[in-house]
Amino acid sequence: MPSRRVLPWLLVSLISCATPPGNDYSLFRARLPRSILVMPPLNESIDVNAPYIFLATITRPLANQGYYVFPVAMVDAFMKENGLASAYDMHNVSLNKIHEVFGADAVLYVTILDWGQKYLLLSSNTVVKSQARLVDVRSGQTLWSGEQYAVEGSGGGGNLIAMAIVAVVTQIIDSLTDRTYELSRQANYSMIYDQDDGFLIGPYHPGFITDPRGLPDPNVSPR
Amino acid sequence: MAALNIRLPLHSRAGACNRIILSILLSAWLFVGCAAPPKPLYYWGEYEDLLYSMYLHPGEADTTTQVAKLTEDMQKTRDNGQLVPPGVHAHLGYMHYRLGNAGSALAEFTTEKLLYPESTVFMDQLIKQLTK
Repeated sequence: MPSRRVLPWLLVSLISCATPPGNDYSLFRARLPRSILVMPPLNESIDVNAPYIFLATITRPLANQGYYVFPVAMVDAFMKENGLASAYDMHNVSLNKIHEVFGADAVLYVTILDWGQKYLLLSSNTVVKSQARLVDVRSGQTLWSGEQYAVEGSGGGGNLIAMAIVAVVTQIIDSLTDRTYELSRQANYSMIYDQDDGFLIGPYHPGFITDPRGLPDPNVSPR
Repeated sequence: MAALNIRLPLHSRAGACNRIILSILLSAWLFVGCAAPPKPLYYWGEYEDLLYSMYLHPGEADTTTQVAKLTEDMQKTRDNGQLVPPGVHAHLGYMHYRLGNAGSALAEFTTEKLLYPESTVFMDQLIKQLTK
């Protein structure tokens, strides 16, 4: 038996860990996929490169979270070689076909909503924003959905002439370095790793068996 | 008994200080448990940058460059005692295939399958096409 004086400390720690209610992981847990196929994203932004930047930055967080991720560029090329010219065509492939051709457990469907730099008078904002949905291939059920979002500002502050110079300089620097690549990476990390809204820990991760999310609450006795 | 050594100070008056320290340590450990970032399972090397470049700056990531960089990554992965991430052997195999190295492509697809059985259905199709 631990001392009574230790117990309050334990309690405080446990409360700080608890996730807020409302995030239902039960279906995700029940159908827990081992493998994820990332479908080349639909693009509603004006940046034609956005889907590729997204694809380049999604494998790492998903795999680090413990899932097998199909090689994204290969999947894209394979589908194109098989007559699916656009992401729209790819999104319309039936789940049965995906199961047959790839053997994937789940598909991540992504729609890019906003992407790139917005030049304001004296500053610029860079934004990445997408919606993502994880679908169970066997049942067609949505296991998880979430948003990838990050925004970064530059310029502003100080006197007007200095601001104008800063704005010009940062816009030149920004146009040389694609900030959306780094932002998309950060936004995908946040989306996947988030303790409250992210992905459950998958089978390849050492923490797989200790992730309590989506398990029945041990404090609620079954009827 | 080892447990006895832990219990004794907790129940003695002289152990008040130890008790507080133990409580703080225990809580600190639990907090760290909550906040710890996910540990990387894999050595990622150039894979992401190559994906980015092959689409946006194809000149910087032509097929030959990709094979060279990914092969180098695999050596580093072995040296570090880490794992090659999902999809990377398959991607390297695809690059070999594009260069016309069917044998190397076959070897990489087979390795992908051995490391990650989840890729079996997809890899088997590619292997079948290569050996037909």
